[in-house]
Amino acid sequence: MTDYQEYLDFLYSALAFQNKKQLVLSEDTALVADMGLSSLEVMEFIEKIEDHFDISIPLNILPDVNTIGDLAKKVRELNL
Amino acid sequence: MLFDKFQTMADFQAELAARHVKPFGAVTEKILSATEGVVEGRNVILAGTNNYLGLSFDPRCIKAAQEAAARWGTGTTGSRLANGSFSEHQALETEIAQFYGVDHAIVFSTGYAATMGMCSTLAGPGDTILLDADSHASIYSGVKLSGADIIRFKHNDPEDLAKRMRRLGDRAGQALIIAEGIYSMLGDVAPLQEIAAVKREYGGYLFLDEAHSMGALGETGRGAAQAAGVEADVDFFAGTFSKSLGAIGGFCVSRHAELEAIRFCINAYIFTASSAPSIIASTRAALRIITEEPQLRHKLWDNANRLYDGLKDLGLPVGPTASPVVAVEMEDRSATIECWNALMAAGVYVNLVIPPASPSTNFLLRNSVSAAHTSAQIDTIIAAYAGLITAGLITPTSKAH
Repeated sequence: MTDYQEYLDFLYSALAFQNKKQLVLSEDTALVADMGLSSLEVMEFIEKIEDHFDISIPLNILPDVNTIGDLAKKVRELNL
Repeated sequence: MLFDKFQTMADFQAELAARHVKPFGAVTEKILSATEGVVEGRNVILAGTNNYLGLSFDPRCIKAAQEAAARWGTGTTGSRLANGSFSEHQALETEIAQFYGVDHAIVFSTGYAATMGMCSTLAGPGDTILLDADSHASIYSGVKLSGADIIRFKHNDPEDLAKRMRRLGDRAGQALIIAEGIYSMLGDVAPLQEIAAVKREYGGYLFLDEAHSMGALGETGRGAAQAAGVEADVDFFAGTFSKSLGAIGGFCVSRHAELEAIRFCINAYIFTASSAPSIIASTRAALRIITEEPQLRHKLWDNANRLYDGLKDLGLPVGPTASPVVAVEMEDRSATIECWNALMAAGVYVNLVIPPASPSTNFLLRNSVSAAHTSAQIDTIIAAYAGLITAGLITPTSKAH
């Protein structure tokens, strides 16, 4: 099992080129409220994660995901 | 504030009002025929109605509706599970099942209720739904209510579907795959042979919404699956009576006997009044007509090809293939609104589509073709688009032929 921090690190690197505001990313950084990702950008980002871990992330879990940390936890659960 | 989330829409409506444009909810003051009307004070050719076979004004359908209203009254005033199942409803269920060559059918009061109701009920908590990313809003509403895990696959991409089915492992065999025949906004057709092949490889159940393809595709008008020769792979067909059949209502048909039990679990079927008998009667008449008169379908395609080729020859960005839905994609919202207004001024009513109703961030001038259009009307529509180019409102994206 990959450690939570490794999931976080992957998400940070995957988000690097979408970090238009040049924020210092942390697990508390909100994808939409802080980073300003559009719904299309969120879906592109999700697809990148899905392909990397070879999983599908159900749409219905996304309402519970606000921050990078939320997403890392969900991806870890799905990849167990 | 409760209303804050509506401010963007309020601002957009105010902008349209200030520009004296009313693309959404434009009032039709008079319907002159299946293809002509008076909209917002203008005589226009109706090129945004989904009236694919032009049956809304067929005298046989009108007569059937009139006679049914006289015999049964104007409404049922009740649910199909209570007092709202008349023999007309039952007869239509038998006939729509026969039309599809299966044994089971449910008739719903609207097409939205049919797809939303089925998609919210077929799969539940613990199940998995895989739906095409460009699915209709009724499908998205339904799956959201289902409680199932919802996984999108890329639009019309069987490889992405296969990848996601593989990732499901043992759960794939119980998954519900949802696709449409013709997609309503761009008029593109699902690659159903490939989707059916994925289903055969991984298992699962296939739900196909033929709302825009019933009456338009297939040897006997059953839709895209018939045209692709994969009807045996489809577990549930859904569709509507409000497009090719010229009325309103929806249906789901299936070879699975379980549909009869599912019927009693669908809130969108149970907790709403059944269709008025006049609607059911005109739908039955229309179903007979599309069965007996394949020439309507041929005329629809003649017109669809004529409009598609005409717009393509102008260099306008239309879809990859001809279809009863021909959409011109534009990137700029303001320019699209101007074009819609200019088309109205030229006597052509089309649909203005904005995201998220459009499948991308683009805006659409959506045209739907009818078998009832004359060739001259199609040419007038094409000429109106040529006028947009002449006026500098739209720039051809490919070289005009």
